[in-house]
Amino acid sequence: MEQPSVGTAPATRVEYDMDIVKMFFTATVVWAIVGMLVGVIIALQLAWWPANLGLPWTTFGRLRPLHTNAVIFAFAGNVCFTGIYHSMQRLLRTRMFSDTLSRIHFWGWQAIIVSAAVTLPLGLTQSKEYAELIWPIDVAITLIWVVFAINFFGTIAQRRVKHLYVAIWFYMSFVITIAVLHIVNSLAIPATMLRSYPIYSGLTDALVQWWYGHNAVGFFLTTPFLGLMYYYLPRAAERPVYSYRLSIIHFWALVFLYIWAGPHHLLYSALPDWAQTLGMIFSVMLIAPSWGGMLNGLLTLKGAWDRVRTDPILKFMVVAVSFYGMSTFEGPMMSIRAVNALAHYTNWVIGHVHSGALGWVGMMSFGMLYWMVPQIWGRQLAYPKWASHHFWLATIGIVIYTVAMWAAGLMEGLQWRALNEAGQLANPIFLDITNRLDPFLWLRFIGGTMYLVGAVMMAINFWQTIRGPSEQVAEAVPVGAD
Amino acid sequence: MSNENPQQSEKAYGQFHRRMLEGKAAVFAIATTVAISIGGIVEIVPMFTASSASWERADHITPYTPLEVAGRDIYIREGCYLCHSQMVRPMRAEILRYGEWTRAAEYQYDRPFLLGSRRLGPDLQREGGKYPDAWHYEHMRDPRTTSPGSVMPPYPWLHRSKVDPSDIGASVRALAKAGTPYAATDDASVASSMQAQGTTITQSLSTSGITAAWDDEIVALIAYLQRLGVEGRTYLQSQGGGQ
Repeated sequence: MEQPSVGTAPATRVEYDMDIVKMFFTATVVWAIVGMLVGVIIALQLAWWPANLGLPWTTFGRLRPLHTNAVIFAFAGNVCFTGIYHSMQRLLRTRMFSDTLSRIHFWGWQAIIVSAAVTLPLGLTQSKEYAELIWPIDVAITLIWVVFAINFFGTIAQRRVKHLYVAIWFYMSFVITIAVLHIVNSLAIPATMLRSYPIYSGLTDALVQWWYGHNAVGFFLTTPFLGLMYYYLPRAAERPVYSYRLSIIHFWALVFLYIWAGPHHLLYSALPDWAQTLGMIFSVMLIAPSWGGMLNGLLTLKGAWDRVRTDPILKFMVVAVSFYGMSTFEGPMMSIRAVNALAHYTNWVIGHVHSGALGWVGMMSFGMLYWMVPQIWGRQLAYPKWASHHFWLATIGIVIYTVAMWAAGLMEGLQWRALNEAGQLANPIFLDITNRLDPFLWLRFIGGTMYLVGAVMMAINFWQTIRGPSEQVAEAVPVGAD
Repeated sequence: MSNENPQQSEKAYGQFHRRMLEGKAAVFAIATTVAISIGGIVEIVPMFTASSASWERADHITPYTPLEVAGRDIYIREGCYLCHSQMVRPMRAEILRYGEWTRAAEYQYDRPFLLGSRRLGPDLQREGGKYPDAWHYEHMRDPRTTSPGSVMPPYPWLHRSKVDPSDIGASVRALAKAGTPYAATDDASVASSMQAQGTTITQSLSTSGITAAWDDEIVALIAYLQRLGVEGRTYLQSQGGGQ
């Protein structure tokens, strides 16, 4: 198998920490089901309000943050940690810096997720999207992130290869940027142990939040996943990365440009025009480095396309990279003022987010997980055909979801703004427009359920594969022979 | 573009990057930190400089009263902002539907901001004074009594639960620390202010045959909703503006 890394192999043996990879792997699968299940529940609530159940802790307003936090920080977060702990030991030819820090990171992160799952339904929230968790949990996130960063940079410091492979660059941007974003956006004055108020007010608060919110997408759901793509796609395809030069250009362009794009969430607000315009321009420019990454991924498959037809792992990855390309084209388009005037506040935005989340993040994760099981547990998949069924369920589910949301969003946007011949609102009753969304909301529920069923099939497949005594094949790996 | 990969790329193009950055983790990390910092600094720092006093400040906007703070906390707790925005955009259809477009200064005491990102229900930026207090009371108990066909969940617990003035006192003091100008932030002043404002709302509710207590959560929420956008609208009308 070709190795997407460089370095000379010293004649020693290094023991990789496989247990921590298995721990994060298991947490990933569990939180995937939980996060997606909550998503399906709130999709049902939007189509059929009695599903709110009339209880405070089960209403949409409290479960929606639970869904977003669970899929971003619990599912996608644990995917990143699984992939990073697995690949960086191999890329750097060393065990993780500290087993203790690895475990503090693991259990600390899971405890944060559990505390989120308890506090959000209780209505304990700071209301900033993807930064809802109350201030004591924010402090815990900061501490655990520092633990992760020490472990991460410590591992890099003790590496046995000189050169840092491109995946490591992307992981590094993840570790650094999330720390900066989280700390700056979470600065708040506590009122009680459960409540605080941000040091920023009004539109400045909104700007800081969307600088955070947009770059949480950029540096939690994009750059680490590009890092995963740069390691796992070449491994699965058994092909070297297409272009080293392209990876340099698109890495630096992406991390530099991404951070400017936040104000596109505040177009047509009273935020100063220059800030809105910068947000729009940099969002449009982001197409270039985003597509650089997509092309580098797809072109890596040059010579392996025949295998894409038969190998579900490559199918997941190809669809993931394609959705990455699609949603990184759609996003910049939606950042153009005239388009945003129509799209903002509609279901189109929800569709856009999910083509990125279900299409790019989800499918890339599934591809990586399916590839990893035989590697870390030393067994072949119990039901290989189920992986293929999962792929088709997920793909068709995403298409149903996004097409329904596009249609709903366009319809809402157009009907909100429609004027009659007298220059008055053609649809003066807001509720009439909302009620016309019904068929699309049901379609979205169906698409999301298909995606969830696929993930459940994956979990059962993994359970059947790994249960029983493990063969421990990958515990000790001779350096250079990985 | 040649089919190169990290193993075989020894071309001059990659030499600098390869030697100076990819072999030196600390340099790489610092370069990355610089790259991700520039955009944020350029966009955010100017908001705190002297000019911010003019674009985000106006004397005709007053801080939220303690009861309104309590109502706003409930609005946040229940996630109202997830379906209702608070931003009227400067477009003809929005101004016709909701009223005057939102000026920056109207948000000056909003901690946190609640612009929202989705409109499943209508925008609430100009909600204040649009409906009587009793309408909101019934709407939160069962949205379909006031808005047939509504998809909003009912919030009957707001009519049973109480706000705690000493808890709101802590909120008001934290907001004051953050810079909101409050004349008095001690528990007694906060409680008497809440009771006085809450009583005006319970009296208005009683004219519709509704019995409520000044410290019911629903009363605090009504106090908050009924002030949304009112000061800004009144000011714009007094300046000869308005629709």
